[in-house]
Amino acid sequence: MTLLTVEGLAVSRGGLRAVEGVGFTLDPGQALILRGPNGIGKTTLLRTVAGLQPPVEGRITIPDDAVAYAAHADGLKPALTAAENLRFWAQVFGGDGVAAALAAMDLQALADRPAAALSAGQKRRLGLARLLVTGRPLWVLDEPTVSLDAASVARFAVVIRDHLGQGGAALIATHIDLGVAEARVLDLTPFRARPGRTSRPSGFNEAFA
Amino acid sequence: MIALLIRDLRLATRAGGGFGLGVAFFLVLSALVPFGIGPDRAALAPVAPGILWVGALLACLLSLDRIFALDHEDGSLDLLATAPLPLEGTVAVKALAHWITTGLPLILAAPVFGVLLQLPPAAMPWLVLSLLLGTPALSMLGAFGAAITVGLRRGGLLLSLLVLPLYIPTLIFGAEVTRRGAEGAAVQTPLVFLAGITLAAAALIPFAAAAALRINLR
Repeated sequence: MTLLTVEGLAVSRGGLRAVEGVGFTLDPGQALILRGPNGIGKTTLLRTVAGLQPPVEGRITIPDDAVAYAAHADGLKPALTAAENLRFWAQVFGGDGVAAALAAMDLQALADRPAAALSAGQKRRLGLARLLVTGRPLWVLDEPTVSLDAASVARFAVVIRDHLGQGGAALIATHIDLGVAEARVLDLTPFRARPGRTSRPSGFNEAFA
Repeated sequence: MIALLIRDLRLATRAGGGFGLGVAFFLVLSALVPFGIGPDRAALAPVAPGILWVGALLACLLSLDRIFALDHEDGSLDLLATAPLPLEGTVAVKALAHWITTGLPLILAAPVFGVLLQLPPAAMPWLVLSLLLGTPALSMLGAFGAAITVGLRRGGLLLSLLVLPLYIPTLIFGAEVTRRGAEGAAVQTPLVFLAGITLAAAALIPFAAAAALRINLR
């Protein structure tokens, strides 16, 4: 069973087409790394796949409730402790394994620390640990390694590998080498939208921008 | 959904959560009005229902922008939108959490502040009842305004301008219940209208606010 099928996808940001004609599939156990220069629309594409905005053209096919999305912001509440933050997301997604997720990202020692007292890299690790408690097969990751040190990147690569090994899949936008050797790479540069064509449902976006 | 409710209540009651801000504002207002108008009963008693309701309404307004703005800032709102919870349920739960942390304390404090404003004792139960029926509508309508203005910088003022007109029917009927209660007149008609507004808001707002959120998240 294919986890994600993208056909002829065009996405727009602020009423302007970013990339168009993108197509790929992701089967369980596969990872796809998106590359491309700043502003080409990696984030927009990931948000579209995650269902936060509609595609301008093309089709995205995903099984129901399959996506766990991790954006630039970690979605952590500074007043809650690391464990409480994770426990909340575990309850929302109906998953469990808070302790295992903390262990996987080497956060056990910080479990009772308020998220406000964590460093940027520690917050990032906590934000990524959230993926583990969602129990969802398709991870959609936007620059997951920002502010992580080399050791944490390696640790996260292990987490991704485990996830792929358990039949998961990952769609990752990143500029660095994650060290997940089996991942395919898709360079978005050839899919840059031709200038001059505006996206059809742009008016609404602009009114609220 | 219960997890979300518990999280929002916990966040509101921890440091920096703003719990009690509404009641404090309500107290300040109720304490200042007698200084402005003068302490005698003849002057204060007729305006007390209106002042108490306006005070409760403004106190409610204070914390509205926190309903969605904080979750939007730290990215939780994106994650909640991709979570298995329907966005309509998220809106309803967050409005309920706002009512528990803002509306409920106001209702409990209102009789005390009524004394400050020389509200006749006969009107006290009606004041509490009208607030109990009316304040959920304030939280619901406020959640709608917060959903529309989420992501706007300095959206708080715009939020107030959008929401205050929607609050007027609740204010009119709520103050009318209290005023009639003070005079010993029949309160049934305004009470029914007040409850009707709240029920309509509770039924319709989650869908409207969720639609507004979806557009704002694009």
